[in-house]
Amino acid sequence: MGLQIDFGHPAKSRVVGIDLGTTNSLVAYMDLTAPKIIPGADGDKLVPSVVSYTESGEILVGNPARNELITHPERTAYSVKRLMGRGRADIEDELKLFPFRIAPGSESVIRLQLGDRTFTPPEISAAVLRQLKQNAEAFFAEPVTQAVITVPAYFNDAQRQATKDAGRIAGLEVLRLVNEPTAASLAYGLDKRQNGIIAVYDLGGGTFDISILRLQDGLFEVLATNGDTHLGGDDIDNLLIRIGLEDIASEWGEDLSANQEAVQLLRRAVIKAKEQLSFTPAAIIDLEYRGKRYRRELTRDVFERIITPIVDRTLGPCRACLADAGVSIDQIDEVVLVGGSTRIPLVRQAVENLFRAKPHTELNPDEVVALGAAVQAGILSGEVENKLLLDVTPLSLGIETMGGVVSKLIHRNSTIPASATETFTTAVDGQRNVLIHVVQGERELAKDCRSLARFDLKDIEPLPAGMARIEVRFLIDANGILNVTAKDLRTGKEQSVDVKPSYGLSDEQVEAMIRESFEKAEEDLTARQVREARLDADTILQATEKAKQNDAWFELTDEERAQIDRAVNELLVVYHSDDHLLIRAKIDQLNSATLRLAENMMNTAVRGALKGTKI
Amino acid sequence: MNSKSTCWQCGRAGYELFCSHCGALRAPAADFFELFGMEEQLSLDAGELQRRFYELSRKLHPDLYVRKSEQERQNAVDASALLNDGYRTLRDPVKRAEYVLKRHGFDIGEQRSKDVPPELLEEVFELNMALEEIRGGDESARDQLEAAGERFKTMLGDIDRELQSEFERFDASRESDVLASIRRILNRRRYIQNLVNEVEKETLAANERK
Repeated sequence: MGLQIDFGHPAKSRVVGIDLGTTNSLVAYMDLTAPKIIPGADGDKLVPSVVSYTESGEILVGNPARNELITHPERTAYSVKRLMGRGRADIEDELKLFPFRIAPGSESVIRLQLGDRTFTPPEISAAVLRQLKQNAEAFFAEPVTQAVITVPAYFNDAQRQATKDAGRIAGLEVLRLVNEPTAASLAYGLDKRQNGIIAVYDLGGGTFDISILRLQDGLFEVLATNGDTHLGGDDIDNLLIRIGLEDIASEWGEDLSANQEAVQLLRRAVIKAKEQLSFTPAAIIDLEYRGKRYRRELTRDVFERIITPIVDRTLGPCRACLADAGVSIDQIDEVVLVGGSTRIPLVRQAVENLFRAKPHTELNPDEVVALGAAVQAGILSGEVENKLLLDVTPLSLGIETMGGVVSKLIHRNSTIPASATETFTTAVDGQRNVLIHVVQGERELAKDCRSLARFDLKDIEPLPAGMARIEVRFLIDANGILNVTAKDLRTGKEQSVDVKPSYGLSDEQVEAMIRESFEKAEEDLTARQVREARLDADTILQATEKAKQNDAWFELTDEERAQIDRAVNELLVVYHSDDHLLIRAKIDQLNSATLRLAENMMNTAVRGALKGTKI
Repeated sequence: MNSKSTCWQCGRAGYELFCSHCGALRAPAADFFELFGMEEQLSLDAGELQRRFYELSRKLHPDLYVRKSEQERQNAVDASALLNDGYRTLRDPVKRAEYVLKRHGFDIGEQRSKDVPPELLEEVFELNMALEEIRGGDESARDQLEAAGERFKTMLGDIDRELQSEFERFDASRESDVLASIRRILNRRRYIQNLVNEVEKETLAANERK
């Protein structure tokens, strides 16, 4: 044993579980038998999903970025999850409520303007993921490169793909996307108690999901899922902000709705009041702005009247989900609540009334999804045995046929992976291409569904109309993401499929973003490793200095003392170099040189202790 | 039980889903009954099917192959997709029957004939009249519509009982002309199911208007 304990051995690669939330994000890991959240450097478990691009070109994430929301709202982005995998035309409604600054030229991929730079939603999410990755790396003192990331169950293909892109940009291999409600059910470990049917009600900052699962000896089989990817606590905040702005307009005679700083301060004030109302019968919305004060008391009664329409919007999807699962309300054995908004008493009451069961709330609703992601990470890494998730695709997948009508190939709530094959042919003599339009949704007409991608079956052998036979296989993988392959049935040859996603980044764009962030990350990582090596050097140097005062130092031979002094000098020589491996090597050298010294000190300590003992 | 193929990993031939020589997961054969290890039957024991589905899921799910080779990972995705598609098909009596018909060379995809079965002519005529009146704003035909809906549902029940007995007849005899009879019943069933859907769509639309 030297003066320094060992620096830890690179263990087999770890898989962390990440909840990439609308409001907050968390990272968790499997600690022997139970999942645990990894706190950030500031001790907080929650990393606010806020990113700020400072004037000096630095990217701030989490709590520091949240402060910038007030001081530099024009350089700061929040609730970006609402924009993942969406196009300019999709977000008209959001823009009325959120101060997103959309850069020009954002048709199929939105670009947000932060100061003088533009960022896509996956890049901003990647900044949050990078922060979580760093928190995990600091915690384990080793690189973390693989993750499970959660997504709302009702996310469509483009939204899932965007989340996966964000992971890649952040330098994470995303081993699996897991649906948030399913992850929550894993965290509760309800399978240990019994087999049965459970409902998971997940109302978060920006999304709502309901899932119904059957538990069978560690198997979590999702029977059906439903939801609304644009319904959550944010909507409650926006209602309260609107009321506040109206009050202020009449009290102060001033319309603050275009004043971002004031709106952000008001947002903070209403969120504070909202959160307090979960515990007290009344709360005060309290805003101080430019020497003026706005105070309004909000009772829980009034608050509940205001938010009833929002809570009611969750009930329709719940009923549809029960119907799709083929389950009646009295067959539900347990109900689990997930997401910060389920702290609201009215929400709990609504769930209790609907399912006629007292919901589980033992686990912190902010943490339960990340904990479940860590369990899933454990399943993938093999640490967790005898548990398995069978999830479903939330939306039907189809192709556009004659007259714009959708032909459904894979129905919603099909267990994934799921596949379907369809044979296509040509309509005119000598036709070389067939264009296929893939959509997702439940409506009959393609224009009412979500366009996923268009692809061209190219280089078809010129033949009379109807003679070509191209078999296309649509496969939804375990992440809920579509893969397409095609085969010419006449020749048996694999056909190239050039899929152009309707919304989202191309592979080339993602690659470019990865390269850029990789170069930066490389710099960051090296700097961090050097910093950490120096800290360790400080520790051992100080310990050695101190040991020289000890009797044990004088029990060493001259040769041993000289060897230690030499090792100290050599470490001091390399201390300021930028090569962390070199510093580490010299630390190791000093470590072995002080081995005998450490033993002597131990013996001295034992002797001292014995001397002090009265027998 | 499975078709014979060569193992991608060790190159040896075998029949099982997992190579009996090296244990690798092989590319699955694209046949649902083979994959489930069940005899082709039209009347299936739903509990047994579910048990096998769970058992195979625990062996084939991609989550269990994350640290395996690219080839094996792909095989796991393909095998799981096949398993899930197979479970969806085999647990539903109508889809199961259509699958068995296809397996025996019956062409079912193009059989969605628009022709009204003669014995339904009068019913369909009345239904269309009622629908037209309601859509034109005349609510007096609603009772008539609902009664028609109930009659169609009863017919569906009768058809399903008829199908069940034909299923048993096929399982016992395995005769092709039983399959031909089943195909006729399925076409009739599809037609009536569409009528039920029509009625329900109109009822749903009416509820939304309220």
